[in-house]
Amino acid sequence: MLTYILKRLLVAIPTLLAVLTVVFFFVRIAPGDPAFIILGDQASQEALAAVRHDLGLDRPLPVQYVDFMATVLSGNLGNSLVTHRPVWQEVRNVLPYTIELTVTALIIGVALGLPLGVAAAKHRNRALDYAARIFSLIGLSFPAFVSAIMLLLAFAIQLHWFPVISEAREGDPLSRVSALVLPAVNLGLIMVAYVMRVARSSMLGVLGEDYIRTARAKGVPARVVVWRHALGNALIPVVTVVGLYLGVLIGNSVLTEIVFNRPGLGKLIVNSLNQRDYTMLQGLMVVYAFIIVIVNLLTDLTYGVVDPRVRQT
Amino acid sequence: MATFGGALVALVAISALLAPWLSPHDPLEQNVLLRLAAPTAEFPLGNDSFGRDVLSRILWGGRVSLYVSTSAVLIAIVIGGALGILAGYIGGLFDRVVMGAMDVLLSFPTLVMGLLVVAMLGPTVGNLILAITLTAVAPFARIARAPTLTIKERDFVEAGRALGFSNLRIMVVHILPNVIDDVLVMAALWLATAIRTEASLSFIGLGVRPPTATWGGMIREGFENILDSPWLAIFPSIAILIVMLGLNMVGDGLRDTSDPRLRHE
Repeated sequence: MLTYILKRLLVAIPTLLAVLTVVFFFVRIAPGDPAFIILGDQASQEALAAVRHDLGLDRPLPVQYVDFMATVLSGNLGNSLVTHRPVWQEVRNVLPYTIELTVTALIIGVALGLPLGVAAAKHRNRALDYAARIFSLIGLSFPAFVSAIMLLLAFAIQLHWFPVISEAREGDPLSRVSALVLPAVNLGLIMVAYVMRVARSSMLGVLGEDYIRTARAKGVPARVVVWRHALGNALIPVVTVVGLYLGVLIGNSVLTEIVFNRPGLGKLIVNSLNQRDYTMLQGLMVVYAFIIVIVNLLTDLTYGVVDPRVRQT
Repeated sequence: MATFGGALVALVAISALLAPWLSPHDPLEQNVLLRLAAPTAEFPLGNDSFGRDVLSRILWGGRVSLYVSTSAVLIAIVIGGALGILAGYIGGLFDRVVMGAMDVLLSFPTLVMGLLVVAMLGPTVGNLILAITLTAVAPFARIARAPTLTIKERDFVEAGRALGFSNLRIMVVHILPNVIDDVLVMAALWLATAIRTEASLSFIGLGVRPPTATWGGMIREGFENILDSPWLAIFPSIAILIVMLGLNMVGDGLRDTSDPRLRHE
């Protein structure tokens, strides 16, 4: 297992370096001069040149590139052009909110989606299966901001069960929970739709295999066949989808944070877009890409846990 | 189910195409007296905060959404499909470089990448198409590469080579038809994703600039008046839901017929 982990880690490194390179060039080809943004259009040529010099933008591109890679890899994401505080500090302030939201959604998605998908496969073409498939079709069709607005309208504006603006009060854990419910349910339900669909189709494939028929013929109880014999093999595609889904989940969390006016990475990125805070955007891209690469790594490692055959290859 | 889904998609596509003739009013015409007015016989879906006719704006908004997402997916299919087949067919270093580049593209969450491309380059129709294409190229490259790897080892490809066919001919005439099924199934689902991405970007404020009507933009404006006039956000949402539902049904139907494992059971 250890060599498997090390091998996966080694594969992730070139991807990460390439991602950083893309971020570097992407921010540099974008139109708009950061010095201009900092000083405004009234600034003199000398002042602009001075700021460019401070930011290191007057140096040749290769020098900037090496410098960028070195500072980012040493864990320094630079300072925000707007607040002048370190980017990493701004990110760290809101990161817990986004993690809390996405992890809760992930738990809802897997805890409901997996058993529902398995049950739907087990009762194929019966009422439960149809209900599950219709639910998943509808869930897949909702853009996250549309479902968020619907939830907000129904449960916050009409029924007053939850706050309209999901802001937790300091030192009041209950308000933090009630602020989390609607956004997390919104993200979670969409994810249930995805997980359920894959769990169902993967389970259907496995249930048709010969070894399942053999187990049944030997008189193994149906419950054991489904949950022990079949689920183990049906889990791999589910792990893949959950891993891939994290990219969608991050995008959806941006939309959800906007609708519920919730602090988090999503709000941070939209604010820095509006203020043209390039270093902040650059830092956020690095953070997002890191998260995705780490998630991919975790997904690969989960394969190793779920499927012993993966570990050996 | 796929037929019903197809009908839904066709309904929306036709009403968007015929928007200039179907819409009862000019989608940009403002009427101060009718600001946030509730639905009436003359304005069946009400009026927005500028007094514009919501129904006409939804019909016109569909044009932008469908044009942007369809173009983006078509470009992604051509580029991604070509890269995938080339990578699978040529193999070796080329394969590794191309698929490595695709992995890098996949390292950015779809919406975040779209957000950054549009924010940096400016919210124009062309840049929106570019942004959405970038998010969709890698999946199509992957889906085209996988079958190519096995097909190129098959006897009929070997026979083609023995007959002296050019690599280009083998890829286009012999491999492409075997890959296209998988690609088309994905196309329906990615079209839904592309429409969602376009709407999401417009909702964030990075869509085609106002006053042009887009569904996401209308929901954004409606959301600002959510307490007084919730229908402003609800009606364009329903339009999006109809297309998404239709496309997902078509995608499901195509997948079921193309996956023999699910078909004969």
